[in-house]
Amino acid sequence: MSHIVDIRDLRIEATVRPPGEKSKQITIVDGVSYQIESGKVLGLIGESGAGKSTIGLAAMAYGRGSVEITGGEVLVKGTNILEGGVAALHELRGQTITYVAQSAAAAFNPAKQLMTQVTEAALAHGLMSKAEAEARAVSLFKQLGLPNPETIGSRYPHQVSGGQLQRVMTAMALCPKPELIIFDEPTTALDVTTQIDVLAAIKRAIRDTGVAAIYITHDLAVVAQISDDIMVLRHGKTVEYGTTDAIINHPKEDYTTALVNVRSIEHAEAEPTPEFLLQAQNITARYQGAEFDVLRDVSVEVARGQTLAIVGESGSGKSTLARVITGLLPAAQGALSFDGRTLSRDLAGRSREDLRELQMIYQMADVAMNPRQTVGTIIGRPLAFYFGLKGEEKRRRVQELLDLIEMGSGFMDRYPAELSGGQKQRVCIARALAADPKLIICDEVTSALDPLVAHGILKLLLKLQAEKGLAYLFITHDLAAVTAIADSIAVMYQGKLQRYGPKSQVLSPPFDDYTDLLLSSVPQMRLGWLEDVIETRKMESAGN
Amino acid sequence: MSSVLTLIAQRVALGIVLLFFVSLLIFLGTLALPGDVAQTILGQSATPESLANLRASLGLDQPPLTRYLNWLAGIFQGDLGNALTNGRPIAESIGKRLGNTMFLAFWTAVIAVPLSILLGLLSVRYRNRWPDKLISSVTLTSISVPEFLLAYVMIFVFGVKLGWFPTISLPNDSMSLGQKLYSISLPILVLVMVILAHMMRMTRAAILNVMESAYIETAELKGIKQFTIIASHAMPNALSPIINVVMLNLAYLVVGVVVVEVVFTYPGLGSYLVDHVAKRDLPVVQAVGIIFAAIYIGLNILADVLSILTNPRLRHPK
Repeated sequence: MSHIVDIRDLRIEATVRPPGEKSKQITIVDGVSYQIESGKVLGLIGESGAGKSTIGLAAMAYGRGSVEITGGEVLVKGTNILEGGVAALHELRGQTITYVAQSAAAAFNPAKQLMTQVTEAALAHGLMSKAEAEARAVSLFKQLGLPNPETIGSRYPHQVSGGQLQRVMTAMALCPKPELIIFDEPTTALDVTTQIDVLAAIKRAIRDTGVAAIYITHDLAVVAQISDDIMVLRHGKTVEYGTTDAIINHPKEDYTTALVNVRSIEHAEAEPTPEFLLQAQNITARYQGAEFDVLRDVSVEVARGQTLAIVGESGSGKSTLARVITGLLPAAQGALSFDGRTLSRDLAGRSREDLRELQMIYQMADVAMNPRQTVGTIIGRPLAFYFGLKGEEKRRRVQELLDLIEMGSGFMDRYPAELSGGQKQRVCIARALAADPKLIICDEVTSALDPLVAHGILKLLLKLQAEKGLAYLFITHDLAAVTAIADSIAVMYQGKLQRYGPKSQVLSPPFDDYTDLLLSSVPQMRLGWLEDVIETRKMESAGN
Repeated sequence: MSSVLTLIAQRVALGIVLLFFVSLLIFLGTLALPGDVAQTILGQSATPESLANLRASLGLDQPPLTRYLNWLAGIFQGDLGNALTNGRPIAESIGKRLGNTMFLAFWTAVIAVPLSILLGLLSVRYRNRWPDKLISSVTLTSISVPEFLLAYVMIFVFGVKLGWFPTISLPNDSMSLGQKLYSISLPILVLVMVILAHMMRMTRAAILNVMESAYIETAELKGIKQFTIIASHAMPNALSPIINVVMLNLAYLVVGVVVVEVVFTYPGLGSYLVDHVAKRDLPVVQAVGIIFAAIYIGLNILADVLSILTNPRLRHPK
């Protein structure tokens, strides 16, 4: 069997320029080798920073920014493309090997029609005439299940949805009839219900065209559905490389085992209690200037010391509900009560006590912290604001909080930029805890994190709940996180409450169609799951 | 499409309002100058009686508001009043001068705009390599030299020493287009050099900004050639700032070329203005001022409208 791509002992370096220091070379990939036979799919999996995109792009001899391939061989159909020169690379890119980027919204040129972009590579390489290329594009649009395949090409990127755009991107990669496609996290930016359609479309396209593929993702359950082989990467090195069956069912390395088992936190549901900490009654809200209500007649309760999870796709109104509860977006109708007292709908009408007892943690820990303040200052601010702590006393309390979030003493004087993604989110948790709140609203707090790191955050949240009797309003689109942390669940769909109750009840049949769709869309770590679920689904996702 | 039309209508309305303010400013400005037209005309021989007579015949004894409204009404009817120096209607003399200025501006723009954009594209293509550095240093040098000096150097080198081009630019109606262009070749050359750097640098900066985008990487991974990527993928997304700078420079070509016109004794609007400032012919100064303002505002509205039209989100709503 001939290899389309045969990469041997790859070494990739990047030049970094830390502020105030001399620029230096760092090795980001070391000693990685892989082969792909025609028609086969290799999955590259690892956390962010593992070098998986870099390794994938090496098959096209492409380095982002200052990234450079400094060692090893990249054989494409037997020729080392590192020695072939620029002209040969132009021939290879977009003809023999094509690329599907993570965010289709950013990877399409906003100023050009989709058809122009889809057929561009085929035309630039002189592979077919304009009419042939366009006919092929239309047939690919059909094959990928896009609506109006005849006319969608005349639209601009901003005129189609994210899930559709990702499929157009796949059509773009398939159009010049390549022998290998590199998929770089093609479904990561999509809603879980949309992801599954795109995933199925990609899988079908690969099967029908017989193209080989490299599929890059951080989600092992996703890659298990689509790959023949899997390579697990960490810190730019190969951890384990084998068939999908071997990696999923018989992992050898501890790291792989941890990745496979990451979704299994067991959290027993707390006894339902009539003692509600927060009650939101018949909330209706709309954004200024909008012509429709984002929330329609939503009523939920959070019990003292328990977790209410709110799940739904983007646009379902779940984050808006958080904004209404915090008072950032005053509700048009409805009532809020907290700890037995009425909460003003408007932020300006709330007392300092109201503000203190209701804290918030955000999805992007990065932008939720002032990059020019140290961890100590960030956590110390609510201590000074709410409790008037100063000096040594404040410092001691900050240290206690750092211990609580399982970070050592060395972090007090660090800046956010010096922390990892998980550590940043922990600091945000500590900042919320500093106010000694009764309720914390967690808005997609684990969504931007790698699975293992997210797992650690969930465990920390559960521990803090047990110790301090905190209540959480946990907003997420990740159903695995919901099963891990929730006591009760509210499923939201297009601004309305679709299903609401204790966890055990919401997650047991009979399901309404939307909840069924949502639940069945969560990738499972099992071969053949994708085929099963596509067969048995009752409705299509809204983002389709 | 309706949202685009609304936006454009707003811009045009804003421009008209702005023009009214400018006309008011020009009027108040000339009003604030010491002395008035009657004094200027009569000069040393002014007696209180002759002054009063002349003021009455010129309408200067009316209250300022009435005079402003009269002036404004005249403008709307294409009547800019009469020049004091020769008593002829201003609109007549300006028409010819404006035509000359436009002629020079048009041919300068025809050369300078495509050239500067091409140079900008080349700078991006060879960024931080010698072609980029050469283009930048040459254009920046030419913008840094005062334009009158540049003009005299050009006259000396190309007109006197080499004798290639005429040193005085006096096109007339009996000339063919080629002869006319030949007669203004030196002012065109100077003006091109003056406005090139600004547009070239903005093209370069705007495109470099876009070159970081993910869709540029997409194009690179399609194996598209660098220059094609810059011209057909990056440029359409960088048009808005480029258009703005181009329009500013076009406006300069009409309202700012006084120095160059004077050096080459070119019969344009700028030298006409300078002549009449020296003669304190205020109606002419006012008239030229309002025309300059209208051109300036008009070109900026055009820049705004074109920028709006380059945005695909506005051109093609969901």
